Amino acid sequence: MKVNNRLKWFSIGLLTTWLVIFVLFPNLMVIAVSFMTPDLRELIRPEFSVEGYLRLLDPLYLDVLIHSLYLAGFATLLCLLVGYPAAWIIAHTSKRMQAFLLFLIIVPFWTNSLIRTYAMKVILGNRGIVNKTLMEIGLIDSPIRMLYNESAVIMALVYILLPFMILPLYSSIEKLPRNYLEAAKDLGSGPLRTFRTIVWPLTLPGVISGCLLVFLPALGMFYIADLLGGAGNLLIGNIIRDQILVTRNWPFGAALSVTLIAMMAVMLWAYHRALKAMQGGQGR
Amino acid sequence: MIRPLKLGFMALLFFYLYLPIAVLVANAFNSTRSGNRWGGFTAKWFDAMWANSGLMEAAVNSLTVAVVAATVATLIGTLAAVALYRYRFRGKLALNGMLFVVMTSPDIVMAVSLLALFVSLGISLGFWSLLAAHITFCLPFVVVSVYSRLSGFDRSVIEAARDLGASEGRILRQIILPMAMPAVLAGWLLSFTLSLDDVIISSFVTGPSYEILPIKIFSMVKVGVTPAVNALATLMLLLSLVMVAISQFLLKQKHPS
Repeated sequence: MKVNNRLKWFSIGLLTTWLVIFVLFPNLMVIAVSFMTPDLRELIRPEFSVEGYLRLLDPLYLDVLIHSLYLAGFATLLCLLVGYPAAWIIAHTSKRMQAFLLFLIIVPFWTNSLIRTYAMKVILGNRGIVNKTLMEIGLIDSPIRMLYNESAVIMALVYILLPFMILPLYSSIEKLPRNYLEAAKDLGSGPLRTFRTIVWPLTLPGVISGCLLVFLPALGMFYIADLLGGAGNLLIGNIIRDQILVTRNWPFGAALSVTLIAMMAVMLWAYHRALKAMQGGQGR
Repeated sequence: MIRPLKLGFMALLFFYLYLPIAVLVANAFNSTRSGNRWGGFTAKWFDAMWANSGLMEAAVNSLTVAVVAATVATLIGTLAAVALYRYRFRGKLALNGMLFVVMTSPDIVMAVSLLALFVSLGISLGFWSLLAAHITFCLPFVVVSVYSRLSGFDRSVIEAARDLGASEGRILRQIILPMAMPAVLAGWLLSFTLSLDDVIISSFVTGPSYEILPIKIFSMVKVGVTPAVNALATLMLLLSLVMVAISQFLLKQKHPS
């Protein structure tokens, strides 16, 4: 039993120590920094201040923040609108086909997202393949400007993050008890009503975790905004990076970071509630 | 009516997911520099890539960090997953919670917190800070992949072994680790790719003394189209394709029992 105990405490101790040093402690530090005063020489002065948070409401930044939420929100919505039917179709094919289609979804998820963003930039250019094809089939006469606007950013966010939406949706749709759907049909429920009263509530945890995995990362992906967005389409990630690495206003950068953590907490809470509601509903 | 609709939808989806990648790979072999039209097959961009010493140095740095980070994360993560599976202890819930937070929190949040840590401790940004950061974001993925394989495994085998007098160490070596092995390897592969892929956290926690691929590529493609990057990207795509294929194969492995 001695060996057993030593191994147990070593394994758990190692992970715990690592997480405390590199996750818990740094995050507490960021929360603390967000309430301090910026200082040119020392980065921060340990004087309490809510200046960092007040700046979020400064119209100069507020507009950028709202636009960033809009870009990420729109991309999340598109991912959901495309991802839900896709996950549904995949979940309703044969087992072999499911494995194959999931593999095709997972491959982009494993490939370098920066490289894929760059690939997106190449095809959307004025003389890129999309414009050339549209011109060849005669839909347009001169190239459309597809880069450096908000649709380029949204398209790239969807492109990069779509697998993160499809995978959780797939796993919750796949778990959907088929006999519920048949029972609903037998009892005369139309497809829309079945979807609204059975399918949607039961897959809601998948929907929320998909949205969580798309929306929050989307807000941070500064390289997508840098490569495709132009000056007017910044994401919160761009502001955080500039505040921390360039302007060196740490309290403001930390306050933005804490805001993202707060959004994450709200979404996790919603996920938890949806899961509870679903399990409650199934237990009845 | 509905079937062709579904097929068309899925075809469009995969077209969208794969077209940019296909164009990128084609351009790696395209002798036209701008890549806007096909100018014939060439391998010169690969030569340009090998000749670019800055790029190659960054590639070596990236691979070094990825291998070391994946290995350390796999060691710590596997031990932790076995402990989480095997034992009850106080604070288990808190530990699970922290792992979950690391997995769901956006990269940018982690980047800021890790930079704050390194700056406050006076650690200079370079190999070590980068390595610690990469181990941190890989860890939960290893724990989850190993843990979920272990929980799908019949506990009665362990009971039987113990009844037959096997020591805890022997159970670990001869039963649990062999069972967990495919997930351990898959966890390593996933960590390796996560490490190679990361842009956001790395750009915060590494300094000019230790440049890695994503950051080098980022600075190159910001300026314009660079065919050497296409060649490198093609190699990296090939590498991830091989890795995902192996890991999927490993995770599909049936339990030997």
